[in-house]
Amino acid sequence: MSRPGFVLEVDDRTPPMIVHEGLGFRLESFPLGTRVVYPPESLPAVPDVDAAIDHALRNPEDSEPLPALLRAGMRLTIAFDDLSLPLPTMKAPDIRGRIIEAVLTMAAEAGVDDVKLVAANALHRRMTAAELKHIVGERVFRSFYPQGDLYNFDAEDQDNLLHLGTTEHGEDIEIDKRAATSDLLVYVNVNLVAMDGGHKSVGIGLASYKSIKHHHNAKTMVHSRSFMDHKKSAMHHSAWRMGRIIKDTVKVFQIETTLNNDIFPKSLGFLQKREWEWSVRDQASMLAVKRGLAMAPQKARHKLFHDVRSVYGLTGVRAGEVEAVHAKTLEKVHAQHSVEVDGQSDVLVMGVPYVGPYNVNSSMNPILATCMGLGYYFNSYRGQPVVRKGGAVILYHPLDEGFNQLHHPSYVDFYEEVLAESTDPAVVGEKYEQQFAEDPWYRHLYRTSHAYHGVHPFYMWYWAAHAMDHVGDVIWVGGDRKAAARLGFRAATTLQDALEMASSTVGPSPSITYLHNPPHLLADVR
Amino acid sequence: MMLALEMFRSLPRTVAGKAMGSRMPGLLSGFAAPLRLVTIDPPVVDRPGWARLRTRLSGICGSDLGALSGSTSLYFSAVVSLPFVPGHEVVAELLDDCEDLPKGTRVVLDPVLTCAARGVEPCENCAAGDTNRCSRVTVGDLSPGLQTGFCKDTGGGWGQQLSAHRSQMHPVPEGWSDEQALLLEPLSCAVHTALRAGVRDGDRVLVSGAGAVGLFATLALRQLTPAGEIVVVAKHGHQRELAQQFGASEVVAPREVLRRVRRSTGAFQLNPDYAAPYLLGGVDVAVDAVGSKQSLETALGATRAGGRVVLSGMPAAADLSAAWFRELEVVGTYASSQSERAFDQAIELGSLEPAVQLSKTVVSYPLHRWREALDHAHAAGRLGTVKVAFDPRSSS
Repeated sequence: MSRPGFVLEVDDRTPPMIVHEGLGFRLESFPLGTRVVYPPESLPAVPDVDAAIDHALRNPEDSEPLPALLRAGMRLTIAFDDLSLPLPTMKAPDIRGRIIEAVLTMAAEAGVDDVKLVAANALHRRMTAAELKHIVGERVFRSFYPQGDLYNFDAEDQDNLLHLGTTEHGEDIEIDKRAATSDLLVYVNVNLVAMDGGHKSVGIGLASYKSIKHHHNAKTMVHSRSFMDHKKSAMHHSAWRMGRIIKDTVKVFQIETTLNNDIFPKSLGFLQKREWEWSVRDQASMLAVKRGLAMAPQKARHKLFHDVRSVYGLTGVRAGEVEAVHAKTLEKVHAQHSVEVDGQSDVLVMGVPYVGPYNVNSSMNPILATCMGLGYYFNSYRGQPVVRKGGAVILYHPLDEGFNQLHHPSYVDFYEEVLAESTDPAVVGEKYEQQFAEDPWYRHLYRTSHAYHGVHPFYMWYWAAHAMDHVGDVIWVGGDRKAAARLGFRAATTLQDALEMASSTVGPSPSITYLHNPPHLLADVR
Repeated sequence: MMLALEMFRSLPRTVAGKAMGSRMPGLLSGFAAPLRLVTIDPPVVDRPGWARLRTRLSGICGSDLGALSGSTSLYFSAVVSLPFVPGHEVVAELLDDCEDLPKGTRVVLDPVLTCAARGVEPCENCAAGDTNRCSRVTVGDLSPGLQTGFCKDTGGGWGQQLSAHRSQMHPVPEGWSDEQALLLEPLSCAVHTALRAGVRDGDRVLVSGAGAVGLFATLALRQLTPAGEIVVVAKHGHQRELAQQFGASEVVAPREVLRRVRRSTGAFQLNPDYAAPYLLGGVDVAVDAVGSKQSLETALGATRAGGRVVLSGMPAAADLSAAWFRELEVVGTYASSQSERAFDQAIELGSLEPAVQLSKTVVSYPLHRWREALDHAHAAGRLGTVKVAFDPRSSS
């Protein structure tokens, strides 16, 4: 039986807490009275994954069973989430591969032979063959990739995009032509956190910039309270409007999966546990890893962390009509991540770990670290933010990983040129977004190399727009001062220094909440 | 007799300067400079149209520093006559009446020693008014010397007196300070640079360098051409501010230039093995206002195929592959031409507020403090100065 998440109040007996900071972690002693929000323990996994998948496909929500939707001579497209999910990468076999195999088996039985598999990477980078293989599995990869029937979506391939119309708000809907003209579009999703899935899957994963720009902007982000709660998220409202029009054009059979919180392997098992429950072995592991990391060069630390493959357990799989499926999915996600938090605090503390959705097998550059801290983690709430309006956020990350030139070329220009001029998401978006989005070089790299789309760093910055609008102070503990300043923030050496610096914003004795994340949590702030 | 700085022939000093001058500029003002403070007879050219002048101010130019450090190409050794008194940016007053100009008139010099000054029949270029392209700079009444300040017979601005021909003289406008007037010669060169750049309406222009040459080129490009965006490469903080005042649309640091140009032009960036990156695409016109290998290669690498690269600074040896591969027009700009009325246009530019303000920052030294002056000029960018000059009248 897994234990629910809870809020610990730091007292004399509380041991130092693990705080993630990029390619490492530290043990931090928080001031007395600090609230520490722990995620729920992992929910029990489905015992027979293949049986659960088969059951979901044959007993869908608000839809005919999948076998009934398949027929010889039809055009079938199977789209699936890219490598930005789950985090860290799932140990093989990936759940998407298992589902795709099940769908293909049913399709073969029905005599369907026009099948394409497309990675719904939207404006994310093209995955390598090895990354695709990891997701779909060896058999599917060998059967489809060499023929060109398994590929990355290309949001800049104008010949293969289709404009489906506009919403009542004038939002363009332009998605992959093959998907839009298929008799059936099966979407295989991994719903790691509450913001994933639903109409975001097809409506964003297979969409072009022309479509995505309507909801990925500073305005919608500031009005998404939060984007982890789709009913209160302007971004999701837009995606939902688009999704309903897509649904009228193409039959979408949505398959959503939920995972438990088993994200760290045995060697890093102590990171999964509550500190006062560490066994002697856990303590020894922690010390060994901590010492090792302290001595290891950055490259070795990068390898150690990025080689982590998580042994997630599947907590549920549901298929059928998009909204019906997503409602059930969210119940499971909330059961795994929700923690009730009583009221807001003056200061919110978060450790930014080594990986986020956009630096899988890559570097957590300062923009991505900001997105992770002020975007994903800050927005991991329902109700109201964990920190009060005008409060302070203290983040842990060294901001020293630099930029991956292969994956993030436009980030370098964004950091050097755009942020040097302004850090206001609305201002930089207004002036520079279109330039970056239409830059031929970035387009070229996105289409032919493994680069994120030119506009992507703007989206990362927009993710943080709500937090920037809400809080009065952002301080990075252990952060490179120059990088923090470029981002428009400040850096401190220790938590004590950070609190001292924040005292001008929140006073000398602020209430503090620390989100003990990862594993993932969603603060349900009352 | 007069006091003057004299550049003389010294193989060991020239070799030493060439070997280390650019890395250790202190050597220039120490033992390595082939320069000495001497007391000599004032230069007199006893030919029609020539007159004696008393120097009021004379600037130290990048080409002077290049000559002293030995970094200037030996190509030029045939068009100078040693020993000579350097100084071709000159503000002086006439000691004699000179044709229509009475004694005491303040003038600035167009330093080029043309056919008219040399007393020979006008060559094809001089006849056409392209006086900076004169083909007779080694013959006639004078010893070889492309300009005043490189010819042993005329003297130069780094001496208390010099001689100049009427064709070289431009009266200083009423009310102008000597410092303001000192900027006229480099401004006239900038006028010529801007006109040679062939800028068309809305062209994107890159100016590599924000010393005096780069700043004046920026001003001239902005005022005299229909340039669109002008991106200036500036190394130092004060240069960044000045470049904006002089008309830059944007100012970038040297390490940022390729990225910035790539971004604004949508060019593709290539990263060759063991060589600096370059662009496929880029600005329409690039002006190298430094003359270093790095600056010239940056200009070449940041210019679109078929674009134009203007050599405003005296160029160093550089990789010209881009000029071949991208079919660039590489255009030299030397001094200024009378047919362009460059000095008249320079006077207009010199009346503009940024130039007036800049003239107030001119730093001058007496001749006997020449070591300090050269040190200062060599480190001018770092020290926040744009123009360093000699004031031979001063004794402190």
